[in-house]
Amino acid sequence: MSLRSDRVTMAHGGGGKAMQDLIQEIFTSVFAPPGMEDQARLFDVALLEPGARLAFTTDSFVVTPMEFPGGDIGKIAVCGTVNDLAVGGARPLWLSAAFIIEEGTEFALLRRIVASMAREAEAAGVRIVTGDTKVVERGAADGVFVTTSGIGVIPPGREMAAHQLQVGDLLLVNGALGDHGATILAARGDMALSTALQSDCQSLGHLMAAVLNAAPATRAARDATRGGVASVLNEMAQAAKVGIVIDETALPLRSEVKGMCEILGLDPLYLANEGTLVLGVPADQAEAALAAMRSRPEGLAAVRIGRVVGEHPGQVRMTTLFGGSRIVDMLVGEQLPRIC
Amino acid sequence: MKYISEFRDPIAAKALLAAIAQVTETLAATAAKPLQIMEICGGHTHAIFRYGLNKLVPDGIEFIHGPGCPVCVLPMSRVDECVEIAERPEVIMTTFGDAMRVPGYRKSLLQAKAEGADIRMVYSPLDALELARRHPDREVVFFGLGFETTTPSTALSIQQAAREGLRNFSVFCNHITVPEPIKALLDDPYMQLDGFIAPGHVSMVIGTHPYDFIARDYRKPIVVAGFEPLDLLQALLMVLQQLAEGRTEVENQYGRVVPEHGNPVSLAAIEDVYERRKQFEWRGLGQIDASGLKIRAKYAAFDAEEKFQIGYAAGPRHVVEPEGCACGAVMTGRIKPTACPQFGKGCTPEMPLGALMVSSEGACAAYWQYGGARGEAA
Amino acid sequence: MCLGIPGQIVAITDVARQMAMADVSGVRREVNVACIVEGDIDALVGEWALIHVGFAMSRIDEAEAAATLEALRDLGEAQETLQAMREGQQALQSGSSTPVAGGAGA
Repeated sequence: MSLRSDRVTMAHGGGGKAMQDLIQEIFTSVFAPPGMEDQARLFDVALLEPGARLAFTTDSFVVTPMEFPGGDIGKIAVCGTVNDLAVGGARPLWLSAAFIIEEGTEFALLRRIVASMAREAEAAGVRIVTGDTKVVERGAADGVFVTTSGIGVIPPGREMAAHQLQVGDLLLVNGALGDHGATILAARGDMALSTALQSDCQSLGHLMAAVLNAAPATRAARDATRGGVASVLNEMAQAAKVGIVIDETALPLRSEVKGMCEILGLDPLYLANEGTLVLGVPADQAEAALAAMRSRPEGLAAVRIGRVVGEHPGQVRMTTLFGGSRIVDMLVGEQLPRIC
Repeated sequence: MKYISEFRDPIAAKALLAAIAQVTETLAATAAKPLQIMEICGGHTHAIFRYGLNKLVPDGIEFIHGPGCPVCVLPMSRVDECVEIAERPEVIMTTFGDAMRVPGYRKSLLQAKAEGADIRMVYSPLDALELARRHPDREVVFFGLGFETTTPSTALSIQQAAREGLRNFSVFCNHITVPEPIKALLDDPYMQLDGFIAPGHVSMVIGTHPYDFIARDYRKPIVVAGFEPLDLLQALLMVLQQLAEGRTEVENQYGRVVPEHGNPVSLAAIEDVYERRKQFEWRGLGQIDASGLKIRAKYAAFDAEEKFQIGYAAGPRHVVEPEGCACGAVMTGRIKPTACPQFGKGCTPEMPLGALMVSSEGACAAYWQYGGARGEAA
Repeated sequence: MCLGIPGQIVAITDVARQMAMADVSGVRREVNVACIVEGDIDALVGEWALIHVGFAMSRIDEAEAAATLEALRDLGEAQETLQAMREGQQALQSGSSTPVAGGAGA
C-alpha cells in the first residue's frame, strides 16, 4: 500500500504521485473501469435498435451525516442516478463518479463509501466507468461531495412523461414513505431522538423493469427525493394540467415515522425518500403493476395512494381521515420542526 | 399510536358532528348569523384546518382564530434583539424551529444564520444546556418563547443551570401568559364572541381556574380542549350545550391530561424563576399589562437581557409595522387571513411580511398550507 | 399551545437530574420527569405522560381517557338511536310500506 497517511491531504489533490496513489488505491482498484484513458469508451447493442434513445442524467449528493442507518453518501449517489434513469423507462448502464473531498477526510471513510458504491452498482447492474477527484481545503466542503452522471438506453416506442397523465389514472407507490428523511433527522443528533429506522435508499431499476413488463402503458414514474411525495405529485399535476386526489388513509407509513412527525410537527408527505417511486398508471393496468411490485423486495408494500381527476387542475388534494379535504401544496423552503 | 388514534376515530366524529348540527339548529344559528367560537390557541387553529373541521361543522358555527400563537405576537423588535445577540461571535443562539423564519425589521434568524451567525435549532432547552456544558468557551443563549406550556421547561432548565453553576448559559425570555390577552379581547367592544375553546397544554400547567373570570364576569362558556379532532369536536359540542342550556361555566374536556389545579412542580418553578413585567408589547395587540414574564433578579446571571444589556434592560424600542400589514386584525379575529390585502400577494410563506404566514400556528399559514394560495380553507 | 405528545416512560436514566427515557411509537428521547415524579422515581416506568419539548409535563390518566372514549361511544349510540327514530318517523309520515322501527315509540 503506497498511501502513507490515514487522512487525505492537499497533496492528494495536486495531480502528482500522491494523487495517482489515491485514485488507484481508493477508486480504480475497486471500480475497475474498462481502460484508463481520460474518457470511457462504451458500446451496448441496444443502442443500435432503430428508435432506441440514450437517457442521460446527473445529480450531486451532499448529506450529513455521510453514513447513516441503511446507507451512506456513496449508496445514495449510485441509487439516485440509477433511479433517475429508471423512472424514464431506461435500462441504466453506466455511471461516472466525481468526488470533491475535504482535506482531513479519513481514508477509512472513503474506502467504506467506495465499497458501498461498488456493491450498489453491482446490485443495480450498472458499471462505474469514469470519474474525477478533487481535494479542497478544510472547511471548503462538508466531508465528501459526490456527483454521479448516468447513461441508460430507452427502448424504442417507450415514451414515459408526467404530462401524459390522464383523468382516471391511478397513482401508486412502492412502499413506506418518509423513511430516509426521518432517519437522517434522527441520525443528525441535534434533536437527540433515537429510532430503529433505516433509510429506504435502494436502486429501483429492476423494480421499474418488472413494472413496465407487467404494465407497459404506465404513463409516468418519478423518484420521490427531497420535498417528499407531495412535491413529486405537485410536479406531475402541473405538468399534465390535471388534478390529483390522494387518500390519507392509504398512505403507507411506519409507526416510527408517524411518531417522529408527531413529536416534531412534521408532515410525512414532505419528508425525503431515496428509494420510493411514484407511478401514474392507467386504471386497467394498476393491479398488474402492483402485483409486479409486490413480487420484488423493493415493492413488498406497494399500494395505490390516489387518482387523477379533472377538477382543480395543477393542484393536489388529500381526502383526510374524516372525509374532509385539504390541499397538499408544494413545499416552501425547508420543513422545520416546530413546538407549536 | 396509543392515546392518539382513538381520538381520531372518524366514526365517533360523525356522531359528534351530528350532535353538533342538532344543537346548532336548536340555537337557530345560521351562516348569516353564526355563533362565533374562538379557539384561543394556534395549535388548535392548526388542528382544525389539518382535519378540515372548519368545513365539517355546520354553517352556523364560525371559528374565530385567537392570538394564541406566541411566535405571531412577538414584536419585530424582539426578533431584531435576538438576532443582535446571535450575531456576537462568542454566542451560540439556540431556538425552536418555529421562530427561525419570523421576519424582524432587519432580518429573520434564518437569514442571520445564512450570513454566518451560529444559530442552532433545538427540540428542548435541555439541549441548549447540554451545548453550554460541551462548549464552556462559548455563550449559549436560548430563545425562550411560548405561553405557559413552555414556560416551566425554560424555568426548570434555568434552575438546573443554577444548580450546576453554569456560567455560559442564558435565556432571552419572551414568555407570555394566556389569560391577560383574553381579557383584553373581551374588553374590546368590537369583539362579539359567544364562547371559547381553551388551550389544552397551557391548561395542563395552569389548571382550569385561571379561566373562571371569563365564565363568571363576562358570562361566556369556555371549555378546555385536547388537540385531537375528537377532542375539539367534543369541546365544541360542550360549548354549544352550555349555550343551549343557558349555562356559563369552565369545563374540562381534556381531563386525561389537564388536572383542575394544574401542575404543582411547573407552577412552583415559574413562581421561583419569573416575575411579571409591568407591561409587554404584543404584536397586533399593543401593550398588555402584566402579560409578559421577566427573569427574576436572583437568576439575573441567566437573563440574556442583563448579560448583553439589550431589550428591556437597555430600554424597549418600538418598531413600526410594515406597510399594509394586517397581522393585528387577523390575530384578534377581526378579519380572516384571506381578507388581508397582502395575503398571497405581498405576503407569502417564501416572502412573509409577518409571523402569521410563517409560524406553523399562524392562521395565515394554516389557510395557505391547507387551503392553497387563495386560502380556499374558508 | 400544543405539540405535546403521549409517550411511555421505559427507563430511568439519571436519578439526580430526574431524567428518563420516553418512547413515542418507537422513537426514543431522554426527557425530564420532574413535573410528574411523586415519591419513587422508579414507579414511573411503564406510565404514560404528555411529552413536550423534552419534558414529561403531566401523567395521562388512563381512567379519564377511558371515560372520555366511553362518553364518545355513548354519544355514538345515542346518535344511532336518534337516527333510527328519525328514520322511523319519516317512514310513518310518508306513509311508506317500510316497517317502522319498533320499541322506542316513534
